[in-house]
Amino acid sequence: MVLLVEDDPSVREGLGLALRRQGHDVRAAGTGEEGVERLRESRPDIVVLDIMLPGIDGFETCRRMRMQAEVPIIMLTARGDDFDVVAGLEAGADDYVVKPVEPRVLEARIRAVLRRTVSEPSNVERHGSLMIDRAGLQVLKNDVKVSLTPTELKLLLELSRTPGRVLTRQQILEAVWEHDYLGDSRLVDACVQRLRAKIEDVPSEPRYVHTVRGFGYRFGPR
Amino acid sequence: MRSLFRGLRPRLMAAFLLLTLLGAVAATGASYATARNLLLEDAQNGFMNPLVEQVRNYAPRLTVPPTQQDLDEFQSFLRSPAVVVFEGLRSRNGPDLGAVSAEMREALKSSRTVIWQRRTDSAEPYVVIGIPLLRPDGTSTGVEVWAWTSLGGPQRAIDSFATAAWVGVSLVLPLALGLALFTARGVLRPVRRLGAAARALGSGRLDTRVEERGSDELADLARTFNSAAEQLEASQAASRRFVADVSHELRTPLTAMNAVTAVLDEDAASLPEDTAVAARLVSAETRKLTRLVNDLMEISRFDEGGNLLELDEWDIGTAVRDSLAARGWTSSVEASLPDGITGRVDRRRLDVIVANLVGNALKHGGAPVRVAVRPGVIEVSDQGPGIPEDALPHIFDRFYKADTARSRSEGSGLGLAIAWENARLHGGTIEAANAPSGGAVFTLRLPW
Repeated sequence: MVLLVEDDPSVREGLGLALRRQGHDVRAAGTGEEGVERLRESRPDIVVLDIMLPGIDGFETCRRMRMQAEVPIIMLTARGDDFDVVAGLEAGADDYVVKPVEPRVLEARIRAVLRRTVSEPSNVERHGSLMIDRAGLQVLKNDVKVSLTPTELKLLLELSRTPGRVLTRQQILEAVWEHDYLGDSRLVDACVQRLRAKIEDVPSEPRYVHTVRGFGYRFGPR
Repeated sequence: MRSLFRGLRPRLMAAFLLLTLLGAVAATGASYATARNLLLEDAQNGFMNPLVEQVRNYAPRLTVPPTQQDLDEFQSFLRSPAVVVFEGLRSRNGPDLGAVSAEMREALKSSRTVIWQRRTDSAEPYVVIGIPLLRPDGTSTGVEVWAWTSLGGPQRAIDSFATAAWVGVSLVLPLALGLALFTARGVLRPVRRLGAAARALGSGRLDTRVEERGSDELADLARTFNSAAEQLEASQAASRRFVADVSHELRTPLTAMNAVTAVLDEDAASLPEDTAVAARLVSAETRKLTRLVNDLMEISRFDEGGNLLELDEWDIGTAVRDSLAARGWTSSVEASLPDGITGRVDRRRLDVIVANLVGNALKHGGAPVRVAVRPGVIEVSDQGPGIPEDALPHIFDRFYKADTARSRSEGSGLGLAIAWENARLHGGTIEAANAPSGGAVFTLRLPW
């Protein structure tokens, strides 16, 4: 089920129609407050969130939704401005599309985010104080379950698959976001920041996800 | 060289030099003439007056007509070297009469006053004086006293004065030249700065301003320039803002329309024929409009300086190959993409450049379209009719169409402008030209 938060009735109706044609169950909200309310009652699989909203804006709505649930959020940015994109990703968005959006593009992004991480028959891996359970699709830190969004989980599983090896942002984008050959590497950076905030003891001095300047990221407890 | 001789500086220098020279010559000339007259007159009077006095004193003692002895006595009375003449007789002593011209002798015969003549026909200038001896009633006795003396002393004084004057002038001239240079610099520097600023303004850097120092006419000019530039910048900013605002306002309705174009396309087959045509038309035009608005937004972001460069090390050949493949152009383009040429570029922007250049060549040029990657250069060429010469300078202008007969192209009309802006953001350039063998050649140069 898709929760569409968009203030313009025509866009709401048009996108709603397009998403329904793709086989999604669509709930719509006209304001950020209403969106947060709907999120609580209807537990959608994904949120498509406009940034320009009356009342609380998309960034704030995104933050409030993040506090409630680990639901994937795709931002609709009106300007495609770098500022909007960065602020949206910092607020916790998993991905973004720029208006006027091609329905095919939006659909592809939704499918990519929604594609469930496939559980693999595998032993539980232990990396330092981190336990990654690829079969049960959960992560424990000091034996406490870490609550990750699907994108964050996918990122961590992808990185930890090859500890010690450097993955470029482009490789990560293709693997996690399923973006074709030219994605926005800031998605990776923003998601790494959020992941670090959840799994690192001191996010500014990461033990697990290391930045390799000029190349990408490397997983490996130090 | 032209500016060296025709500029303001040489003219100012020439004017200063001429002025100095004229002033010096006028002042020196006037004082030279005055001093010369005074000095010569002084010397002449010093010689002439005592002689005239002596002649006058002796006059009553002389019997007329005098004998040779009278003349000799008279001559010996005179303290200056003089010769006393009466008709055919002359005193035995005294200088030779050769120095006295016949005209002077003739003139003295009828003169009742002293006559004199300055002459320069020997090495030194000299003055010849003729004094007639008069009776108490004022009539001539026919006795003449002739004397001459050199004016060499005063002449030397005058000459040294003139030399000093020339030395003075020649000392002042370099000073005048320096002053001219200084003044020229004072005038030319602001003028040159204004010129450079005007050129910068003309080339599109509307934030160009000049320093407004002082309160003279040049400072006024600088102020006028600055306020003109400000107005120009403001009006350009306003028109750009307007485009950005319009594009922005178009986005929301376009998003709604775009969302349903797929629905229109899918269901068109089951619609009545006319309605289906209408639906497909609306759908296709909506997509075009979307592309146009997207391109306008992109251009607006360039104008606002809101576009950032994300540089990374990429293999250029691979990047170009991917760009072609992503658009299904691999089979329609002859690509020469050697491996191993890497560069620091923003890959998304490089993709936009390549897509726009190749797309343009495929649309307007003739097959085969070639893409060649060389170090620092990506070249896109086609075998079409080429670009008309008069269109070449405008080919990267927004909405410029080389072929005016084509009222509306498939693209937004901004593709090449966007490619150009992306190249510029990299610090690179795109050049458009026609190959000698025909066809257009676009050369992208990036400092990778």
